[in-house]
Formats: sequence, structure tokens, C-alpha cells
Amino acid sequence: MNTGKEIYLDNSATTCCYPGVADLVCRIMREDYGNPSSMHKKGVEAERYLRNAKEILAKNLKVSEKELYFTSGGTESDNLALIGAALANQRAGKHLITTCIEHPAILNTMKYLEEQGFRVTYLPVDESGTVRLSDLETALCEETILVSVMYVNNEIGSVQPVSEIGALLKNRERPVLFHVDAVQAYGKYRIYPKRLGIDLMSVSGHKIHGPKGVGLLYAGEKVKIRPILFGGGQQKDLRSGTENVPGIAGLGEAVREIYTDFDGKIRRMYELKEYFVKGVAEIPGTAVNGPLVCEGAPHIVSVSFEGVRSEVLLHALEEQGIYVSSGSACATNHPAVSGTLKAIGVKRELLESTVRFSFSEFTTREEIESCLKSLTALLPMLRKFTRH
Amino acid sequence: MFQAFLIKYGEIAIKGKNRYLFEDALVAQIRHALKQTEGSFRVTKEQGRIYVEALEAFDYEEAAEALKRVFGIVGICPVVILEDEGFARLAEEVVSYIEKRYGDCAKTFKVQTRRARKTYPKESMEINAELGGKILEHFPGMKVDVHHPELTFYVEIRERIYLYSEVIPGPGGMPVGTNGKSMLLLSGGIDSPVAGYMVAKRGVKIDAVYFHAPPYTSERAKQKVVDLAAKVARYAGPVYLYVVNFTDIQLYIYEKCPHEELTIIMRRYMMRIAEEIGKKTGSLGLITGESIGQVASQTVQSLAATNEVCTMPVFRPLIAFDKEDIVTLSKKIDTYETSIQPFEDCCTIFVAKHPVTKPNLNVIRRSEKNLEEKIDAMVAEAIETAELVVVG
Repeated sequence: MNTGKEIYLDNSATTCCYPGVADLVCRIMREDYGNPSSMHKKGVEAERYLRNAKEILAKNLKVSEKELYFTSGGTESDNLALIGAALANQRAGKHLITTCIEHPAILNTMKYLEEQGFRVTYLPVDESGTVRLSDLETALCEETILVSVMYVNNEIGSVQPVSEIGALLKNRERPVLFHVDAVQAYGKYRIYPKRLGIDLMSVSGHKIHGPKGVGLLYAGEKVKIRPILFGGGQQKDLRSGTENVPGIAGLGEAVREIYTDFDGKIRRMYELKEYFVKGVAEIPGTAVNGPLVCEGAPHIVSVSFEGVRSEVLLHALEEQGIYVSSGSACATNHPAVSGTLKAIGVKRELLESTVRFSFSEFTTREEIESCLKSLTALLPMLRKFTRH
Repeated sequence: MFQAFLIKYGEIAIKGKNRYLFEDALVAQIRHALKQTEGSFRVTKEQGRIYVEALEAFDYEEAAEALKRVFGIVGICPVVILEDEGFARLAEEVVSYIEKRYGDCAKTFKVQTRRARKTYPKESMEINAELGGKILEHFPGMKVDVHHPELTFYVEIRERIYLYSEVIPGPGGMPVGTNGKSMLLLSGGIDSPVAGYMVAKRGVKIDAVYFHAPPYTSERAKQKVVDLAAKVARYAGPVYLYVVNFTDIQLYIYEKCPHEELTIIMRRYMMRIAEEIGKKTGSLGLITGESIGQVASQTVQSLAATNEVCTMPVFRPLIAFDKEDIVTLSKKIDTYETSIQPFEDCCTIFVAKHPVTKPNLNVIRRSEKNLEEKIDAMVAEAIETAELVVVG
């Protein structure tokens, strides 16, 4: 059954590391392993890697190098942005706004802030998984200090109206901070925080063919934010702890590479997505969730399969060497039903029958074809055996 | 402060001529248990006692914990070993031992000496009396009580002198390997690991079989069973786990038999396969975690229906246990947290809404007739292709 070749369609969970990135990380670990805070040559050499990575990122985001902070990943960036900004600005008000389809790194941090006395409004989404500006406008009040909205949803690939939200918030009398969780969007869109009115933005390394354990928080120069980790005062006191030099250098290198021949990559991914969605539509008893192909992100497709449990389909595809995700991979240990799918009104009987396919620049047309073939072959067999 | 343990064993001491077999098994199990801890040990058997002596720095707590998991041990005594440098020196050492161990002690006590080296210049009774005197001198709060002392200081005169005063209770039971081997039907649930533990405690070596049903059960479900086998292996020694791919058989039953009977028929085939593998690999019985009435497949009628297909004895140590008691035991042996991880096992994937609870054997046999065409070949194939994982 398994042809020996693996087809990895779970790129929203994580991606393979670019070989160039892996080589660089390895070399820094083995040779240029200095501590960037050390006074000697080894330290200076390590610091050079940090500066180089910062330069790449600053240029890519069109921001100043001073506005970049390296973290351990998307989750820490989200925590630092929300907790750090909420605590630093609480005298201006204690109201926060987010959406009901955020990643747990946002939702659970919000829950923590609620326990600390903040009030949080969770905006609903329409059936394509997008927040309505009118809902945001209604939710905003004198007390509001921060709005956090993800750029691309990790389960269905819906894209939020980030630029409109940014403009809305900037035009208010009392400015409201705008945080964007761009973990699924960075590397798929050109994102310029300053032009979009974004004050804080989270990025993760391993979603863009970089290393795991490294992420980035962009925090605009004028944004008031407090640290959540305390220690040696690295990164201007906002994020103590010896910098993860190999990871950070790897992140920089991944950004350089992913944005090379960028438009071509994205165009090819949309073509593949379109081809896949068309193919899926030909299989009876399937429904694609969320936005239209061209309106959603280029790499995420969520499909519900009538009469098949997602876990079973996932393992059946796995036997053929095809890797996908049921709902969101972050929820593996909590097989609770997905919040996003519920929020966009996916029918109850389909909630546990939904699988996420996510592509990367390395996904090929042959792989998609092969996946469609497997689905067509497997589904009738799996539907024959169900619970009664 | 302790450099050795004296191991006390109960039941096995009375087994007459077979005694050396039991002692050897116990020594082997002790060696195995200690292998997983820091340090290296010499385990020796002499004059009806087993000594565990540390040969280098070791972690006392860890070693004691490991010994507490060895079936057949009833007591573990942490021992201080002294060089024989004359009686005066011995008395000093005993006093300093009490000071270190019990501080400013005020309890009733006695000294009990065993003089294995008969050339020692003083006799046991003399030693008892003189050491007792020294202790009274140093600890004014202490009192002698030879009948019901709170503390007993044991002094064993051998090449060197062994001193101990505490007995940590062991798990009891019998050393694994002294009562043959049996095949445990291990699911991912709470009950079966506990059943394996209980039977192992009676000296039975454990092999295990797990029914894997990909794609309906995941790699993680299998890993969970391997993890559970490893927890059982902490007590039972290395476990040979046979992973049987059960999907085709399950789907075939699903296709050919009434859905209400699915679970019973499936379990009958599990028993058959477990017994078959057991026969080939030297098991003398089967072990399950069944408990009367716990689920539809464990009513007395259902148990009778699954039991019918086996010729080996089936050991069901939990048969009359309430779930709560099983949970308590599973927490004690540290399998609970692993068992409650939410991965689907093959018993639940196709379960009918209303499974039969009082299966009629004639009806079940008739349904199984529908399987005649392919089932023997499928069972043979499942046994043939079973994957062996050695755990622990």
C-alpha cells in the first residue's frame, strides 16, 4: 500500500527545514557557538549572526531593527504581546478584544488575563470565518486598550481584514493597540506592519521552513510593553535569556529564502489549491469549509467528509504515506471539537469528520493527484464500516 | 549512611526442596530491578538471607523504591556495615548509628544479636546485654523492653558486622518466574495492566498481546500500550508484547455478523488468537482485566461466551473488583495516568448502540458460521504477522 514516498500535507502544523537553514543552524551550534553577550571574539561573532538576522527581518517587514524581539516561538510572542501590553497599559483601561477563532495561544492567554481582572470581548465570525468590522466597532469602548486578530486562521485559512481593522483603530480618538498573530500568514503574504496599522505582531520560525523553538515579536517603537520573563536583561530588557543564536540565524535565513521568487511560489500554491478543491468537489459527500479558494490563504484547505471520522481517515491516509491533520494539530491531546469549525457553523455531524490539508512551496501536482486518488479509493471503503 | 539491604522473604522460605529455585528467581529479579537504578550492586544469597550490597555510590531512595517492586520480598532492611575493630568500637558505632538515625531518642528497645561467625569472642546474649547497657548510658530516655520494643537493633556478626533497625515493607507475593508464564490481553484501558500486575505478583511471568486496528486505532494508541507494558515490566521484568493487526478480522466480522454480536464475536477471536500465540511461546494461561458486569461484554453470560473458545485457564484477577478499587490499584502501580489518555482502542470503534448483554451461545456460534469461508486464514495471517516488541 505505502509506496514508500511520503506526501506531507500538514504544513500548517509544521514545515520541513530548508537545507540551507539546517546547515547554518548546525554550523553555529558546532563552530560559532559563542554567547552574544560575551566580550571576546566568540561573542562578537555570535552577535553578528543576530544582527544579520535582524537586518533581514527588518528589511522584509519594513520596520526598524530596534522593533524586533526574538522569542521561543509563536506562543511566546503571543503571550508577550498580550500580557506585556495589557499590563503596561492597564491604567488606560482594562478591556481587550479578540475573535472566537484565535489559536489557543491567544485564547488561553486571554483567559489568563480575564483572571487578572481584564474584560475580554470575543468577536464572532461569518460563515467564511471572517470577522465583521461592524462587530468590532460595536465592541470598542473607552476602556479598550488592545485588539488582537489573527491574520490567517490555522484551521480553515480564512484571512481577516487586517488593514481595515488597523485603519479603524488608528482613526479613533484614543488609540487602541493592534496585535496580529501572523504565524500562519508570514511567508504567505508580504506583511508591512506599519502600513497596516499593526503595533504588535507574532511570527513563528518552524511554519516557514525555519527551526522550531524560535519566533519573533514585532513591537512598534512607541508601544508600551512590559516583559514577562525576567533575567539578564537581554533584548533591551524585554526578553531576558541568552539569545537562541542558531535558531535566530536560521529564522533569518528561512525568511530570506521563502521570500525569494515569492510571487511564483504563491501563484503555484493557489493553482494547486484550486486543483485540489476541484478534485475534492468531485468526490461525493464532501464539503470544503471556509472561504473561497482565492479569498483564503494559499496553503490551507479544510474539508468535511460525510460519514467518516477524521481520525480514521487521517490514519488511513497515513498508511498510504500521506500526512494530514484533523482539525488543528495543536489540539491533539484535547480531542475537543474545533472552535473555528463550530464558529463558522459547520454542521454538528460533520465537526468530527473534518480534515485539514495544508501545502507548502514543495507540494507538487503529482502529490495532490495522488492524495485525491487515495481519497477517492478510501472513502467508499471507510464509509462502509461505521458505528451503528 | 546505608551501604546494603538485607532482604526478607516470606512465602518462599517454606517451599521445601524447591526453595533454591525460588531464591534464585528472587535474586535474578532483584538484580533486574536494580539495573535500572544508579550505582552497581552485589546480590548474594547466604544462609537463608539475601544481601544487596552497593559497590559504589548509589541513590538510596531509588534503590529502595526498586526493591519495593520486587515480588517475593516481604521486608527490606537498610543495613550499615561495620568492620570488626573490637567490641568497644562496635558499641560506639551502635550509639552513633542511633544518634544519626533517631536523634535524641526516647523509646523502648531491645538488641538482638545473631552470631554467624562463631569465633567472635562474645556470645549473642552477652552482646545484647552489653550493647543494651551502652545505649542506656547514652540515651537516658530509652528503656529496655524485650517483649514489645518500639525499636529493635539487629546486630549480625559475620566477617563484618551488619547493623540494622528498620524493615521497609516489600510487596509480598512470589518472585516472577517461579510460576510459569501467561499471556495478558493488554488493551489501553485501566484494567488490563492491573490484572497483569496482580498475576505477576503470584510469580507468573507475563507476555502480552495487543490488538491493533489501523487506521481505526492510531500509532499513539499502540505507543500507549507499549508504555503500559513498560509500567507492568517495572514489576514483572521484561514483557514480550505481541502486536496483532486485527483490522481485517474486525471488518470481516462487521460485514458478516449482526452488529449487536460484534463485540462478543470479536472478543472470542481475540481469545483464540491470544491462546494460539500463547501456546507457541510457552504460556500456560491467559490473563484478562475483566470484571463482572463492568460493560456489556463482561456480563456473566458474555464471559461464559468468550471463555468457551479457550482451552487454557483464563485468569481474571479483577473479576469481583469494583471499578474504584481497580482505579486505586492502577494509581498505586502508576498505570492510571497512561491508561486515561484518550486514544481509541479497537474494542470501541465499531461498538453497537445496543450490544447483546446476554448472548446465547447457539446464536453466537451460528453467526460465526458466516465467517467460515475466510476466518481461519485471516487468524493464521494475524498470528503470522504479529509484531514482537520487547519492553522493559
